[in-house]
This record gives sequence, C-alpha cells and structure tokens, in this order.
Amino acid sequence: MEQLISLFVKAVFVENMALAFFLGMCTFLAISKKVQTAIGLGIAVIVVLAITTPINNLVFNHLLREGALAWAGYPDVDLSFLGYISYIGVIAAIVQILEMFLDKFVPALYNALGVFLPLITVNCAIMGAALFMVERDYNFSESVVYGVGAGTGWALAITALAGIREKLKYSDVPAGLRGLGITFITVGLMSLGFMSFSGVQL
Amino acid sequence: MASVSAKDVLTKPIFANNPIGLQILGICSALAVTSNLNTALVMSLAVIVVTAFSNFFVSLIRNFMPGSIRIICQMTIIASLVIVVDQFLKAYAYDVSKQLSVFVGLIITNCIVMGRAEAFAMKNPPVISFLDGIGNGLGYGVVLMFVGTIRELLGSGSLFGVEIMPLINNGGWYQANGLLLLPPSAFFIIGMFIWIVRSWKKDQVEAPEYVLAPNSKQEAV
Repeated sequence: MEQLISLFVKAVFVENMALAFFLGMCTFLAISKKVQTAIGLGIAVIVVLAITTPINNLVFNHLLREGALAWAGYPDVDLSFLGYISYIGVIAAIVQILEMFLDKFVPALYNALGVFLPLITVNCAIMGAALFMVERDYNFSESVVYGVGAGTGWALAITALAGIREKLKYSDVPAGLRGLGITFITVGLMSLGFMSFSGVQL
Repeated sequence: MASVSAKDVLTKPIFANNPIGLQILGICSALAVTSNLNTALVMSLAVIVVTAFSNFFVSLIRNFMPGSIRIICQMTIIASLVIVVDQFLKAYAYDVSKQLSVFVGLIITNCIVMGRAEAFAMKNPPVISFLDGIGNGLGYGVVLMFVGTIRELLGSGSLFGVEIMPLINNGGWYQANGLLLLPPSAFFIIGMFIWIVRSWKKDQVEAPEYVLAPNSKQEAV
C-alpha cells in the first residue's frame, strides 16, 4: 500500500508528465489559454489515462509479452514488436467508446469535455504512460495508480499554466516573443519549479 | 495549394513555416531527446523517415479511404512505419535506441506526422507529399539540432561526445553549466529560437490579445 502511495506521489510531482518528460506538449501549449477549458481537458486526460493504462497493461501481459500466449497453446510466441500498434489501437478504441458512453449516459460531462475527447487519442501523454508502464514492468494495480497519478500531474500542470497565461496576457511582451515564445519560457520556469521535487526521496 | 512547387514544399517548413516554431506541432518528443547531439540526430532522422513515408503512403491510398475511418487508417500506417524504424534502431544502433527509450514509440503520437498526413497528404499526389514530409521532418530536425548543439556544448563541453571545451573536472578550463542538461533548459532554448526566428521574419509575430492603453492622458487636457 505504501509503495502504491509513493508511486502516486512520484507520478504526480517528481515525474510530472508535462514538465519533466515533455509529454502531451502540443495540447499543453495549444489549449492553455483559459483556466476553464484547461480544467476540462485535464479531467478528460485523467479519465482516459486511468482506463487505458491498466487495459494496455493487461494486453501486454496476457497477449504480447514473450510466453504470454501460453494459455492459448503457443508458449514460444513473442509478439512484443506489435506493441506500438496495439497500444494506439486500444487507446483509439477506448476514447471512441468513452465518447459514445458519455454521450448516451452522462451528457453533461460529454458537453463539458466537448472536442477534447477525440483529441486525446493523439496526446503523447497517454501513449507515453503506456510505454513507460511497459518499460518499467508495472503490475496491474501499479498501472492503475500510475495512470491516475500521471493524469493528475498533467491536469495540475495545465491548470497552473492556464492560470499564469490568463494573467500574462495583460503584460507587455516583446513583439517577437509574444504568444508561443513567452509560453515556452513560462513553462521552462514552471518546470524548474517542479525540478525541486526531484530531491524528494520516496 | 493547387500549384505547389517541389522546392517550396521542401524548404518552406525549415524556417518560414517551421513545424515547431509556428505550427506548434511535434513539441512533445522534441525536448527530451536533445540533451546530447547523438540522440537528437537519430531522432531527427527517424522523424524525417517516418513523416516522408507516411505522407507517401497516405497520399497513395487517399482516394480509397472512406472519410469516417481515415484517422485510424493513418494511425495504422504510421504505427507500422514506427515499428519498422524501432526494430531497425534496435538492430543497428542499440545504444542510441536504449537512450531514446520510449521516445521512438512516441513518434506515433507526434503531431507532425499526423498533422502533415491530414493537412497535406490527403489532398496532394504521392511524390510531392513525400517531399513535404521530408521538408517538415527537416524543419523539426533543424530545431532539434539547434537545441542539441547548445545543450551539449555548454552543458557538457562536447559535441557528439567529442570534447570541444575541456572541463575543469578533467583539468581543463570550462565550468560545465549543469542547468543545460536539465529538462527546463530545453524550453528556454526553444523560446529563444522562436524569438530569433520571429525577429528575423516579422510576419510570424502573433497579434497581441490585449493592448496596453498609454499611461498618460495628455490629449484630454
């Protein structure tokens, strides 16, 4: 249990998806102009990560890994080279299913998430979490915690950035740096702040 | 888009319409691999290859793809290409492939590849799409190499692992700047890169959302 809690804290702060690994940067920079939309997107990312990471974990452990197909009578088959295409397939399918499910049963949330849901398929943070999960060989419960933690960290970062950018638009930025340039520098400073967590030993 | 010349398609994305600087595409994997030039170079090559071929294949079958499932078709093409690149790297450049770790796989979700397939290859014939892919890959590569050069040179005093400025630790004169090896420095350097490019090409400057009113009210007096 303690180990899971420390994994969660690590995924949120120390190994923050956006600020330490630069994952999901495109959406991170493009959709952080307003706090309201940033929160919506953040929640969508948490939900999708919390579902896809464990499912990809199951896919990897029971279908792709070397010797994983022993239950089907093929103990020598190693399908791990099919990893990328399976993970992205799983992610795309889950996002699609989630979209239809929310549309039918939770329309309020569906409207709140709006266009962000389909966009999430190509968010590197989702794919990144799946690949990190495989590389670090997490078991099922660890992958659930890691998925939620990574999503929370990402949501935290994008909300904070949106807050800063809302204030920043009233400041007088040099012409060439306006927009994207100053955003990069802001993110750099935030990332520097998050670096201070890396000293935390868990 | 009717009359696109090969030269334009190939050279424009490098500075005039840089995928990272202007289109905000493909930043995700651009930053983490630039702390030394070796990985930056390999990553750029991988992206150039994947973008070029995915554009080529998507464009080849663009007339047979039903609109409603085109995204998943593109994804399949891209993912297959990335698997090829990944297996190739594992076979011939194992060390670099270990260093790049998950970032090779993340080329799949790299928005440049997807963005170009959707925006260009769906509307243009195969050969020109192939060139467009190379051009955009190069634009991405230029930024990567720029950031990689600064980070490796000032961060560890070397280029491609060859010592250029001898470090104090090894009896030289250069005090390495450790900050440049840490993730945040990549953001600052790209910010600066954008600043430089936009000071040179003024038309890329974004319009201010909110203009400050002048402080004085002399005219009213």
